[in-house]
Amino acid sequence: MSKERKMTLTIPREEYMSPGHLACQGCGASLAMRLALKGLGQRTIVCIPACCWAVIDGPFPHSSLDIPIYHCAFETAASSASGVRAGLDMVGDTETTVLAWAGDGGTFDIGLQALSGAAERNDDIIYTCYDNEAYMNTGIQRSSATPIGAWTTTTPVKHYKKERKKDIIGIMAAHGIPYIATASVAYPEDMVKKFKKAREIKGTRFIHVFAPCPAGWKSRPEDTVKLARLAVQSGYFPLYEIEDGERWTLNLKVKERKPIAEYLKLQGRFRHLKEDEIALIQQEVDARWARILKNCGL
Amino acid sequence: MSKKKEAKKIVFESEKEMPAVPMSLGSMLYNKTGAWRNIKPVIDLSRCIKCGICWKFCPDASIDIVDDWPQINYVYCKGCGLCAEECPQKCIAMVEEEK
Repeated sequence: MSKERKMTLTIPREEYMSPGHLACQGCGASLAMRLALKGLGQRTIVCIPACCWAVIDGPFPHSSLDIPIYHCAFETAASSASGVRAGLDMVGDTETTVLAWAGDGGTFDIGLQALSGAAERNDDIIYTCYDNEAYMNTGIQRSSATPIGAWTTTTPVKHYKKERKKDIIGIMAAHGIPYIATASVAYPEDMVKKFKKAREIKGTRFIHVFAPCPAGWKSRPEDTVKLARLAVQSGYFPLYEIEDGERWTLNLKVKERKPIAEYLKLQGRFRHLKEDEIALIQQEVDARWARILKNCGL
Repeated sequence: MSKKKEAKKIVFESEKEMPAVPMSLGSMLYNKTGAWRNIKPVIDLSRCIKCGICWKFCPDASIDIVDDWPQINYVYCKGCGLCAEECPQKCIAMVEEEK
């Protein structure tokens, strides 16, 4: 049918992640790393604390990434990255980008003070949180990134999570760092663009990547990208940037937001929710969406 | 990039062979994750429009672009079905693996 048509690729072709890694089928986090490195390129050093990626990368002495990796302690993603940056500066290497790559547990809970410290010092690092909304690596325990209403092994169905997800972007915006962005694996062009942009900026840069987890969310592995897309289109995880803590830009203006129920029903972790509980979640999503639109001046 | 690397598992015979500091010496390519799969994607190239979406979304980097056509690397494909789900032409079928 289209034998003559040229293949047009919208993201860089170079691969810095090799197959054979230990991620589950349909893993959002491994897709996130693949896309992030396409944006950052070869001259990158990545610091990985305890998180899914500490496992996905593979056992010693093997690695599934073509760039140097530093495995560090759970709470030290940001401080290790700061240290690597300081070391590079000492030898006069200003070109290499230092990336801290932590999960939501290592960002929202355990690594928050190190991240806050690095942001306060405005160390020249990119901090990426790939958010799968629980401690998936250790067996789906609740984190402060777990959304309201979700089942986890520590918040079983009878006592599902009643607390809201922590507003990490708000916390980082309060630090006034040069660049903050949210990205989703369902929008690779947008995500690669944001990492490319972040690479050119000096100072602490924070990127929050939404990475669905089929094993922990009890969703089908083939739905990973669909879920990430629904999260954006329902307004649950809007794509926006904040520069210097002030200038907000909404990257994807969703004209008609999809109901949050559409996103929730694809996941086993929300199966116990009743109509009125879903309505409450919808209200909360609406309120957050309105707040973000206001901040973006729309 | 990854094609230059060796798909060999590194095994140390004794402690002396080990590097002084824990460092990466080889790639994970030795781990043939294709064995995890119980359904496999098959592309019907006659209907393919070369949009590259399957390649773009593969979490295992197991779809190569060979002569401008997508080609699934069955050595590593874990069979998640993301490519079949996202294909706008619906020309990727998930077929039961025979073994």
